Amino acid sequence: MNSSTSISKPAGKLAVNFRSRSVKSKLFFSVTLFFALVTIAVVLLIIATLIVKGLRQINLDFFTKVAPDTFQAMMANASGAIIPGGILNGIAGSLYLVAISSIFAIPLGIVIGIYLYENPKNKYADLIRDITDILQGIPSIVVGLIVYLWVVVHVTQSYSVLAGSVALAIMMLPLIIRSTEESLKMVPESLKEAAFALGTPYYKVILRVLIPSAFSGLITGILLALSRVLGETAPLLLTTLGNSAVNWNLSKPVSAVPLLIWQFYNDPNMVNLVWSSSLFLMAFVLILNILSKWIASKKRIQ
Amino acid sequence: MNSEKITRYILFGSSLFLLILTGGMFYSLVEGSLSSFHVFGWRFLFSSEWDPTQGDQHFGALAFIAGTLFTSVFALIVAIPLAFSTSLIVAEYFRNSWFANVVSTSVDLLAGIPSVIFGLWGFYALRPFIVSIGLSHQGFGIFTAGLVLAIMIVPYATSLSNSIILMVPNELKEAAYSLGATRLEVIWNVILPNARSGIAASYILAFGRALGETMAVTMLIGNANILPKGLFSTGNTMASVIANEFGDATGVHLSALIEIGLLLFIITAIINAIGKLIIKKTA
Amino acid sequence: MLLTRNTTMINEQKITKEQTILTFDDLSIAYDKDKYAVKNVSAEIQKNAITAIMGPSGCGKTTLLRAINRMHELYPNILTTGKINLYQDNIYEMSTIELRRKIGMVFQRPNPFPTMSIYENVIAGYKLNGIHLKRAERDEIVETTLRDVALWEEVKSALHKKGTFLSGGQQQRLCVARALAFKPDVILLDEPTSALDPISTAKIEDLLVELKKHYTIILVTHNMSQAARISDYSMFMYLGELIEYEDTKTMFTNPKDSRTEGYLTGKFG
Repeated sequence: MNSSTSISKPAGKLAVNFRSRSVKSKLFFSVTLFFALVTIAVVLLIIATLIVKGLRQINLDFFTKVAPDTFQAMMANASGAIIPGGILNGIAGSLYLVAISSIFAIPLGIVIGIYLYENPKNKYADLIRDITDILQGIPSIVVGLIVYLWVVVHVTQSYSVLAGSVALAIMMLPLIIRSTEESLKMVPESLKEAAFALGTPYYKVILRVLIPSAFSGLITGILLALSRVLGETAPLLLTTLGNSAVNWNLSKPVSAVPLLIWQFYNDPNMVNLVWSSSLFLMAFVLILNILSKWIASKKRIQ
Repeated sequence: MNSEKITRYILFGSSLFLLILTGGMFYSLVEGSLSSFHVFGWRFLFSSEWDPTQGDQHFGALAFIAGTLFTSVFALIVAIPLAFSTSLIVAEYFRNSWFANVVSTSVDLLAGIPSVIFGLWGFYALRPFIVSIGLSHQGFGIFTAGLVLAIMIVPYATSLSNSIILMVPNELKEAAYSLGATRLEVIWNVILPNARSGIAASYILAFGRALGETMAVTMLIGNANILPKGLFSTGNTMASVIANEFGDATGVHLSALIEIGLLLFIITAIINAIGKLIIKKTA
Repeated sequence: MLLTRNTTMINEQKITKEQTILTFDDLSIAYDKDKYAVKNVSAEIQKNAITAIMGPSGCGKTTLLRAINRMHELYPNILTTGKINLYQDNIYEMSTIELRRKIGMVFQRPNPFPTMSIYENVIAGYKLNGIHLKRAERDEIVETTLRDVALWEEVKSALHKKGTFLSGGQQQRLCVARALAFKPDVILLDEPTSALDPISTAKIEDLLVELKKHYTIILVTHNMSQAARISDYSMFMYLGELIEYEDTKTMFTNPKDSRTEGYLTGKFG
């Protein structure tokens, strides 16, 4: 047998605690795994609850009829029938709001994003980036408050589609600005240089070269921004309040799916409708999310 | 006309517009708060009296400031182990595996769920559970609202942490393993010190998000305009009092609500700035 | 002592047991079932000597090295057959913690822990293992080890600064010190000078020659002249197999296998 040392070893401090350290390590792993599983479980629970409770209320009427009033709902509940009506006013309202706010936010957001992309290093541009971050961090209810003061009070003198759209546009703006700048950064410099070398005027380089090349990134950003604002309730409470009918007048109130959910929640007769509308909203938002991720991954290899 | 110049002006102009927009937002909040400020001054921040009865109105934001801080801090405390564990699973233990994909997709799903739906789930699923295990009478309050808020901010806390942990160079971990460290010891002594500030920044940003959350909190906190007395007490947050009382508020009442909005604006801006500053420093 | 290998016939050996510190016994390592990185390697490593492992990229030399302190197990789907013995103990029957205290490792790119000071880096092994030493003991270990790697004079006044201001060569010596602090039996080095400039390389090589008096050194290297300069024994590996293993002088002047000769004369690899 050989002695296992040829040089002196540090005095007996090589604690023989391999076992306890290994155990500790394994224990920590179990705890970590547990918490991660808890998180997944909550997500699954929420989605499952929505599906289980909401599916039965969804039928063709759901998409084609407006929300019932509380009396109709009460009658239906008393006789055990499915509550009549649907959320057409909410769906139409949400789409209308989002369309108008896109008209505001998308062009503006893209242009600001281009500005930031073209000015990567100067102090003013950094300030603009910081302002964009501040804008993104403003709680949605505060945005609603401000737009109330601006539009509801001064412009339309009533809760209105316009107010709601402006609020949503403000919320979409930072997301679109950021994703535009990031997508443009991924376009190879050489493309831009080649265009300039051919004598292309600046604005054409932007419109014909930069934007098309970054197109999928831009779309991704826009879809993500849309999916974010479609779910917002708070700012709409203060700007467009809701409407029992479908309305196309910019200066009048309109409904939206999250607003309907809130309404149903607050009305004891309509509570069952809460689940179907939530399921619809969740599914819609989810589809947008998945769509944007799919587009992002598709166009990555060019 | 030089098209190049026009293009540049348009680009610059748009950035200017953003500046003016944000400045205008701040200005409007200040302007709207003025009448409340004239009546109550700085006491507004320290008084918890909130009484809208006409003729004898007293407004003080302390109850809401306290409610906001209580709920958000509690939410952060609950969220940290969840977010940290999720990050470790995705970025370290199960890195690049299908399981990490499942976990990170779940977290992405979580991020996409609208606030009002969290509120519904909290109201119909979580609250009865809390009542049934006897923690609270009605199930409303800081505790319930805080729990739901915690789940809502987990995605914000994990997304940044994931990339920070992934960036710790492999060679450092290998060096530690070669010295006989267990996995936990590698996480504690190598990954954490190198990822510390990035992870802290992500929690700060998540905290900032929690401060402004409205719908889910409104549905669960009990809407009592009082100084919260304990973890299971009901209360109100700045965001939820605005949502609740806005509909009927006029005059000084409305101005007080706007002043609260201004407070929220400032507090969230500062917290987010701190978070971003930490990120910049570590880059 | 001479050890010669002929891979067409496995396991003919002349061994002097007193001098052997590490034994590979029909070791094979595969990733994903069929891809063998190391095939049926058997050899004895001599104590207090520098053994160089050479071969073209992909020959399995790094996998073999990492198998010695079981670092290859950090990656999933690894199948290991055969055994490695440190003295008489099968390393697969030891805990990895214990094993890695007896075998130290230095990596290709210097990797001192950036959040720790130079002082803390040297005794990082103790800290990671949760061993508390008295201040005086720690100071002594730090000083002796830094002297052993000829870094003491250069850093003694900056011990509590982070090591990132050191040059590449100094950082690598710091990493050697870190590996030495446990006074391991064997030190493994994976192309330790490939990221360094010639002067730092020379210093590390001198260091290794000094260190072999007290430690056993196994060195993977891409650099044939380095092997020729400092190693006592050399292994040549190709496609996972150990082709030739003998004292360096013989291998370089009179290689037995044509593949060894091909590699050494630059025909491939």
